[in-house]
Amino acid sequence: MEFPILSLMLAVPLVAAIACLFLNAGSARMVALFATLFNLALGILLWINYEIGGAQWQFVERAELFAGFSYALGIDGIALMLIMLSVFLMPICILASWDSITKRVGEYMAAFLLMEVLMIGVFAAQDLFLFYIFFEAGLIPMYLIIGVWGGDNRIYASYKFFLYTLLGSVLMLIAMLWMVNEAGTTDIPTLMQYDFPVDAQLWLWLAFFASFAVKMPMWPVHTWLPDAHVQAPTAGSVILAGVLLKLGGYGFIRFSLPMFPDASADLAWLVFALSMVAVIYTSLVALVQEDMKKLIAYSSVAHMAIVTVGLFAFNVQGLEGAMMVMLGHGLVSGALFLCVGVIYDRLHTREIARYGGLSINMPKYALFFLLFTMASIGLPGTSNFVGEFLALAGIYKVSTFVTLVCTTGIILGAAYMLYLYRRVAFGEQVNADAARMPDLNAREWAMLAPIAAAVLWMGVYPESFLAPMRQDIATLEARLASVAPEYDSALTVGTPDEHAANYIAAEHGSEGEH
Amino acid sequence: MSYANSLYLTGAEIGLSIAGLVLLLATAWTTRSSARAITIAAVTALFGALIFNLSLANDGVGAAAFGGLLEVDAFSIFAKSLVYIATIACLIVAPRYFEDRGQFRGEFAVLMLFNAVGMGIMVSAVDLMTLYIGLELSSLSSYVLASFARRDDKSSEAGLKYFILGGLASGIILYGVSLVYGFSGTTSYDGVRAAFDADFSTGALFGVVFVLAGLAFKVAAVPFHMWTPDVYEGAPTPVTAFFASAPKVAAVAMLVRMAAVPFGGQAEAWQQIVIFAALASIVVGALGAIGQQNLKRLLAYSSINNVGFILIGLAAATPAGISGVLIYLSIYVFMTIGSFVALLMLRTEKGEALATFDDISGLSTSSPALAWCLLALMFSLAGIPPLFGFWGKFVVFQAAVRADMIALAAIGIAASVIGAFYYIKFVKVMFFDEPKGAEPAKAPVSHWVVLGLCVLVISPLGYLLTPWLGSVADAASQALFFAA
Repeated sequence: MEFPILSLMLAVPLVAAIACLFLNAGSARMVALFATLFNLALGILLWINYEIGGAQWQFVERAELFAGFSYALGIDGIALMLIMLSVFLMPICILASWDSITKRVGEYMAAFLLMEVLMIGVFAAQDLFLFYIFFEAGLIPMYLIIGVWGGDNRIYASYKFFLYTLLGSVLMLIAMLWMVNEAGTTDIPTLMQYDFPVDAQLWLWLAFFASFAVKMPMWPVHTWLPDAHVQAPTAGSVILAGVLLKLGGYGFIRFSLPMFPDASADLAWLVFALSMVAVIYTSLVALVQEDMKKLIAYSSVAHMAIVTVGLFAFNVQGLEGAMMVMLGHGLVSGALFLCVGVIYDRLHTREIARYGGLSINMPKYALFFLLFTMASIGLPGTSNFVGEFLALAGIYKVSTFVTLVCTTGIILGAAYMLYLYRRVAFGEQVNADAARMPDLNAREWAMLAPIAAAVLWMGVYPESFLAPMRQDIATLEARLASVAPEYDSALTVGTPDEHAANYIAAEHGSEGEH
Repeated sequence: MSYANSLYLTGAEIGLSIAGLVLLLATAWTTRSSARAITIAAVTALFGALIFNLSLANDGVGAAAFGGLLEVDAFSIFAKSLVYIATIACLIVAPRYFEDRGQFRGEFAVLMLFNAVGMGIMVSAVDLMTLYIGLELSSLSSYVLASFARRDDKSSEAGLKYFILGGLASGIILYGVSLVYGFSGTTSYDGVRAAFDADFSTGALFGVVFVLAGLAFKVAAVPFHMWTPDVYEGAPTPVTAFFASAPKVAAVAMLVRMAAVPFGGQAEAWQQIVIFAALASIVVGALGAIGQQNLKRLLAYSSINNVGFILIGLAAATPAGISGVLIYLSIYVFMTIGSFVALLMLRTEKGEALATFDDISGLSTSSPALAWCLLALMFSLAGIPPLFGFWGKFVVFQAAVRADMIALAAIGIAASVIGAFYYIKFVKVMFFDEPKGAEPAKAPVSHWVVLGLCVLVISPLGYLLTPWLGSVADAASQALFFAA
């Protein structure tokens, strides 16, 4: 029995969450920060000890505590990376809420720590129903975070978030019950190898799709996202964009693709169609937003559409690219929300027109904001470039048309992000109060600098992040190989001409015969 | 079968009856100040019955008493334990409520005891006549309990409504029973089953439908649910807590035994009725609750909604389904009692109840512990994991999927999202809104203990109970299928 590090990673924030409920504001903040930093340290330990190229499932724990399902944890490279993303963003979220949250601090910190437990649980669960419990349970703290500490329209946003995502996932539960009944096990690794009957796969795939498409979110079920993002407090948006949206992609990569490969192949056209609409439509919508958070929220939908096309390309580049976009987007959109939070804390408005010329009075802030803007556009050298390039390279093999549309989306992405940056950071200082805002303080440095470092690291040397996932993605690709689509841009080997091009037919007889 | 053995097997009912009679005399010859002592005595008697009942699980399983009128098996022991636990909890939290209003009398505890006797007979009856006797004993005490606050118009109205509609339902059941008897020539469950297996005519089908319709009334399943909101709202809150828990358990258990044993061979005949009632209850219970402002009325619709989920387990008509029903019932009892105890604790210094959403607005700042308990209870009722209420839904839907009723399961679970709306509204009002009503007064320790226990059970820790609960419920449902 090795050291149960995953259980410890669940236990630390859980205990801290319970403690925070009973503490006053100051100590709750300290406890939350300490617990999340401790979990980050555990996460780094996890990464160091993860054996690249070793067993597919590592750090496996199993205890038969319950009837009908078991407490089974274990991670592969994909889960490892997403757990790292969660534990990395968590202390930053706590820091982001340090001053801006003043009421019911203990409960707030408890909700965030609980979120951390559930996110790690989702990625580490190796039992189907344990996964579902963690997956669904996230609704409760997020509902409270949006509803209690959110903006003016928080009640509508929290209802919409809760009911939308609940409706999406209940059908998945029925599908899970059917699968367990059919396969006779709740073990996710076993189910990933199980061949479900092809006609049943269609329904199971659709049920899972209902859940993951809402979480992702894919057009047209994305409408909860802008509301939830805008109304949530800054740290809530960071967690939503950074990690919760990745649950959908993780669900596709862990469940839909390996468990229902045939249905995935049959319905890939649906995913492509929705993703193409999403990329273009949400990018155009983002272009006209007046509210910074809403703009970034719509840009998330567009980025997630790149993830889905990458996943359904069924080849290594597409899958790796999708994972890299998820990780990169987790960092970048989180950072962009933090950037919005920094100036929101000063001026208490998210309206783009209220700012302007911030690079004059907040040069350091403008630098960070520029870096993350460029990363969001996918500039080479930043994290998103790697992911988007790989994902598009993967999909290019399958459909040049989809690639064309999605790449157009990236151009539009550059348009709306640069337009945002111009209006906020460049130009005249039109508003006197915005012009008086002080530059970043030490706490804000501590929030943004680590993300900036990670974004550059991921852009310059993505191998660190790709290496742990490589074997798992290869396994997945092997599983999908039988249903992988034809490459429409693949080189076709023709029948070679018999002779060289300048050959003159000789058998027509000798010259001048007639 | 000797009389001694019969008396031994029915020891819990006999003991409770004697306790009830003695306490009745005691209330008649003492002043009203003795009410508290009588309640304590009644609680003790129920505890005794509970322990005796559990001890039967070791030796008397599967034995029939009084020549096949009552059956003591794992199923009846399970249901009876739940009934006794729920009755005890309601008795513990009742005195304070009635004292506030100057209505506290010893008769309350006595009526609860007789009710418990009736419910005990209901769940172990294996003869149509015994069933009816148990049902009426329980119902008649319920009518009186509903109008216990007799100077209160709403309470009297509740009692009257409950009496008239309950009487109608009893009549329907009796009519069904007479048809069943007429076509099978016997009132014993096993006899009815044997007769129906041999020949199931249209007339007998009518009998089955009438009996099930009457029982649907008792469990408050749609379309026989109309009395529930009025009675639940009008009756004194401890009585409502009782109605939503113990008699519901007894009625569901009786319905399950009836469906599985005498009508067990005709599952196709009643399955579609149960499926309809289940889906209709889920939808009507969810939609009806949305517009409610009164918390008791809301919980009444919530109980209709929950009955729908319980019936999904029954609709599966398999041992797993019935085991799911029992697991759901157990969790439901704790959720319901917890919610109503929390409502009882919502009172001002003067003893007035905080009865509407407006009154509990911003509760999380004025009384955080209570608000967090209610939050857990509401998410549990909505079936959101990791709270234990999810497990109840999980087992019934699992049974439905195993019985290949995927459409039923899918529609049922999708409709549960409608119900989630008003449960999260509860949370919204308590946590998101600003306080505007009066602050709740301090609640007595007894209330906190009951609430704390309920919340502990429905907390994620409850999942540790699943292996034990599952095996006990499986044994109970097997008892029905072996008997058949």
